Amino acid sequence: MTKPVISVEHLTKQYDLGVIGTGTISRDLNRWWARVRKQPDPYTRIGQKDAFERIGETILALDDVSFTVQQGEALGIIGRNGAGKSTLLKILSRVTAPTSGVVKVKGRIGSLLEVGTGFHPELTGRENVYLNGAILGMKKEEVTRKFDEIVDFSGVEKFIDTPVKRYSSGMYVRLAFAVAAHLDPEILIVDEVLAVGDAEFQKKCLGKMGDVATEGRTVLFVSHNMAAVEQLCQNGILLQDGRVTKASTIENVVNEYLKKIPVRGQDVLPHSVIFQNNEISDDIHVTSVEIEDLSGKPKNLVFTWDDVVLSIKYYSNRTIKNGSLVIKISDHFGKSLILLSSQPDSKIPMTIKEGFGEGKCIIRNIPLTGGDYIFGCGLAVPNREWLWWNENLGTFSIEAKDVFESGLAPKNTRSLIAVPHDWKLIP
Amino acid sequence: MTQTQTTTENDSWDLIITARKKWWDLQLRDVWHYRDLIGMFVRRDFVSRYKQTILGPLWFIIQPLLTSLVFTVIFGNIAQLPTDGLPQMLFYMSGNILWGYFSSCLTSTSTTFTSNAHLFGKVYFPRLVMPISIVISNLITFAIQFAFFLAYFAFFALRGSDVRLTSWAFALPILLVLMAGLGLGFGIIISSMTTKYRDLQYLVGFGVGLWMYATPVIYPVSSIPEKWRWVANVNPVTPIIETFRAAFLGAGDASWPRLAYSFGFMLVVLLIGVVIFNRVEKTFIDTV
Repeated sequence: MTKPVISVEHLTKQYDLGVIGTGTISRDLNRWWARVRKQPDPYTRIGQKDAFERIGETILALDDVSFTVQQGEALGIIGRNGAGKSTLLKILSRVTAPTSGVVKVKGRIGSLLEVGTGFHPELTGRENVYLNGAILGMKKEEVTRKFDEIVDFSGVEKFIDTPVKRYSSGMYVRLAFAVAAHLDPEILIVDEVLAVGDAEFQKKCLGKMGDVATEGRTVLFVSHNMAAVEQLCQNGILLQDGRVTKASTIENVVNEYLKKIPVRGQDVLPHSVIFQNNEISDDIHVTSVEIEDLSGKPKNLVFTWDDVVLSIKYYSNRTIKNGSLVIKISDHFGKSLILLSSQPDSKIPMTIKEGFGEGKCIIRNIPLTGGDYIFGCGLAVPNREWLWWNENLGTFSIEAKDVFESGLAPKNTRSLIAVPHDWKLIP
Repeated sequence: MTQTQTTTENDSWDLIITARKKWWDLQLRDVWHYRDLIGMFVRRDFVSRYKQTILGPLWFIIQPLLTSLVFTVIFGNIAQLPTDGLPQMLFYMSGNILWGYFSSCLTSTSTTFTSNAHLFGKVYFPRLVMPISIVISNLITFAIQFAFFLAYFAFFALRGSDVRLTSWAFALPILLVLMAGLGLGFGIIISSMTTKYRDLQYLVGFGVGLWMYATPVIYPVSSIPEKWRWVANVNPVTPIIETFRAAFLGAGDASWPRLAYSFGFMLVVLLIGVVIFNRVEKTFIDTV
């Protein structure tokens, strides 16, 4: 049985560029006067595109977006930064209105664009639970009924009558999420608020969200964390430049999302390609680098501890004996994390022949945590000279995976490397 | 954008979000639904205002007391303005607490959008909840000040001063509604107009100060020269203060037609305010 609870029809949101006022009438008059004299806009930052040129220009944050959400469905909304996800959520949660189009909703919407909205530092935990609950649309007796449950979930019983300004940031966030988690709306809209708190609490949050979804309530979930989205949602929509480019099961949508990264304007390369150069010069150089799996198929999605094959294609205008392929993986500050060579490290003699050639580096259980990394590679004569070298050839991402089964998928904001290990503790 | 959906189609939906809504749809039912939130905001304002102060709510009283004292010295003793024969301290205090309520309603509601942009950008609730809660929490301040005024009044009455309670005292609730309505109306109009341009906000500060001098706060209406009487007559706050003085001090120019004029004025301002406010609240977050 399908019963639509949200129906989005031709939703469009347009933002004006350059014409929004500078904030005071006098400054706008100054601008107007400058414009009359054909002078540049006095309030444009140096190096920025002149705001006058952009007057009349608009940007469509959402462009004719239509979709429906069925009762009990957990829908993941994914897309790159600027794709229109936040705008969509803002309209659904009535923070702003659309330029045109209609959204029809059945049931109470609870939206979590941020946890702890409206918390007042001077008030006690107890007072803030009531205040925050009311802001989120709960009645007073509703909060009273759930109060013990909320406090229990947050784990801050001891400090419930202490002003929240004395709380640690972890306690603060836990209490805030606890209120939100007990909102019990028919439709829950969540924007990446899960990236808060410690591992144990994150696990608790994801569990709670899962409960909500299985209780037959509807969830709209926006996140960059593909693992969490896949875990929580059955269906997804992919937003690209304000348009829905794919609406399907979550696996299909996530794959579609990972397959395409825009490169230099309109070109779209599969996610597995780290580097590609179609111009051949008449020297030695690398022409492409692609990530494959062990069977040789392109690998769009690399998780921590996956086996990967880095396939490097190159061109040479001469034959070189005793050559070597070198790869380097750095973090986004450029700090080298992994440096591997076919010679001298792997002691494989290699002859670079004239024309095109290919070398593959097989890395089992790649130890990198979730995040973006810089890939570099080159050709060398070991201990003598670089034939070609670019340590900033392209970037690739590792998807976070909960390899330690702790409830927290390690990301490179926490540590760059995830190493298999054991503990032995002497009591 | 079409506004022509058939009603049968819309019946089954609880909420319809569109670009515009009809201006007469004031969404007051929605505000009523969030009445608990109004209560929470009032409590928050009251509790947080005097946390970590030694004197606490005493500040509510100290402020009008000191202002009245200063007025007594400057306007009463140095400038020797008439007070309709009333004790100067009581005369000025009555003007002060009334005007204080009106002006605090106006100035604090006039920044509703700009000072709550962060909150409004994250979660929906009827935005009118915010200015309404401000007006109510100011009312608590007024109640405390009024109680103090009554004590002071009793002190004077026992000493045999020529002050007396009249039946106009029953009009006090009306006076409060008028004050709150006018302050709220002007406040939300200004608030709606300052989302894009902030200039008006600077105007509010000294504008309210100037308005006070055009209102019989430090002088009685009876002392205004006939030529300038019309200013006091046009000013919708004048009848409120005069009626209050007639009620609690026994001297003042109170009349029902004047109050009716204030009431009509308040209704118009309030209606315009709510309409503009509702119009702005939908998209102000894009321009604030």
